[in-house]
Amino acid sequence: MSTHAIELEAEYSVPTMALHTDIFHNVVKSVRQVKGLPEAPHAFVPQPVMGKSAAQLRAYVDGDDPVTGRPFMQEVIEGLTQDQTANSDGAFPRTTPRLVDPASEDELHQIFEDNHWTDYLPIILPTEERVAEMLSHTSHKADEVVGRMQPTHNRGYWEYDVEKVAVNAVMAGCRPEYFPAVLAIASAGISARGSTSSSAAAMVIFNGPVRAEMGINSGIGAMGPYAHSNATIGRAYGLLSQNLQGGSVAGTTFMGSQGNNFTYNSITFAENEERSPWQPLHVQKGFEADASTVSVFYGLRSNSFCLGVREYWREHVRDMLLGIEPNTPPVFLLDPITARIFAEREGFDTKEKLIRWAWENAQMPSARYFDLQLIQNYIYPRATFGEEPFASMLATEPEELIPMFREAEINIVTVGGEANGYWHIHGGHYRGTYSVDDWR
Amino acid sequence: MNEMKSGAQPDATLSVLNPMGYPPEIKAKTPAPRLDTLDGKIVYLVDCRFDDSIELLKQVGAWFADNMKAVETRMISLSSTYQIDDPDTWKEIAAKGDAAIVGVGH
Repeated sequence: MSTHAIELEAEYSVPTMALHTDIFHNVVKSVRQVKGLPEAPHAFVPQPVMGKSAAQLRAYVDGDDPVTGRPFMQEVIEGLTQDQTANSDGAFPRTTPRLVDPASEDELHQIFEDNHWTDYLPIILPTEERVAEMLSHTSHKADEVVGRMQPTHNRGYWEYDVEKVAVNAVMAGCRPEYFPAVLAIASAGISARGSTSSSAAAMVIFNGPVRAEMGINSGIGAMGPYAHSNATIGRAYGLLSQNLQGGSVAGTTFMGSQGNNFTYNSITFAENEERSPWQPLHVQKGFEADASTVSVFYGLRSNSFCLGVREYWREHVRDMLLGIEPNTPPVFLLDPITARIFAEREGFDTKEKLIRWAWENAQMPSARYFDLQLIQNYIYPRATFGEEPFASMLATEPEELIPMFREAEINIVTVGGEANGYWHIHGGHYRGTYSVDDWR
Repeated sequence: MNEMKSGAQPDATLSVLNPMGYPPEIKAKTPAPRLDTLDGKIVYLVDCRFDDSIELLKQVGAWFADNMKAVETRMISLSSTYQIDDPDTWKEIAAKGDAAIVGVGH
């Protein structure tokens, strides 16, 4: 939002005042600096605005800015009528030192923690020797740019090279032979430490020969701490995200209100291709079956869970889908037992047929759908702008059933070791599938 | 790296690499000239369509109506979500307005 205010101010020469809620005061300061106008005028009201009555909001306006203690409307008027200090360059340093100042091992661990470079679990210190060993497992040069990342929209993209990714892979405890997989994830440029106040997590799914080569678990305990590669590659994704995007510090570069335990490991596992009745995910996404890939999902927050597929399964699955927040499409994570019941007993002999069923049956009355706050924030504005299919959905009668999701955004993955036919539906946006082979 | 060798004794000084990425270039911007007064001016209230932001802006508009009647406020909502730039709206404000108040978000 500061970005819009600064755009109006600097590019369209309109004196502009930006209003924020106080919980975001550090975020706002950071965004103003990144956008080149640290002194852009702004004022704060208490958090939250959402859910407050007109009288309560009027009290905000009549009251004081909770950050400065000054009258809110006085700040607004002064922001539009009093000269602003012109910005000077140098709000941020332009480079990052390659080395940390030498210190003892204990001191370095404390330095890393004090700088918010860890996830507060013990790390492996990235010595020259360890980083060099990691780098020896890719043909790419240490200074080759891998990608750019930011915690959320308009925060400013930070850049990183192969060596920077290696540093974070060492810290996470990755074995050097995992490095091409970590580079492939980093190349996506998708943060696993997004700053969204919704506390979203990422999910990482490997396909192809890399699964056996790196020992990435797709069987019993695949989504838990039962394989070195799942554990450390997933952790590396989190560490590289927070450090390569310029931080993930609560209250400044991370604003997830409740946090999300999935972010420790970003739900990192492999698809159980051998026991699945269906085409693997990476082939669905256009890769050859013998390619090694990693698919990245983001936005994991909502989740529902079931055992088996019984007589009333259609009703049960509809209920499960209603439990998935509609702004984030469902990803079915099926144990092979369940996948084969769907395929062999219920006739869904392709993933696409089950996806079609889910899309057709995940429905909600229009008025209820558009009443959801996340739909108000992210879908309703697009509907009013005329974007389809949202505009047509908005034109329906309040009680008319409308689809909660878009068919092309629903995904199905087979994972698990057939200890039982348990399965989950997670809400998760598919962000892309990336070659591991390209980073060998 | 099987045993995670550091090559150092426990009390020795170590040199390790910094894990942070490289920050973006920042181009300094210049603020717009301020108004001498808001009297007789048109102030756009720009609704970012995030978490009921328009409800607060309505109260800002009401405050002007009660306390600075010489100011005309006009409510306008972004064309889409707050995540998307909206040059048509910016052009309209620049052409028809004198100042803007944008809210509420981060």
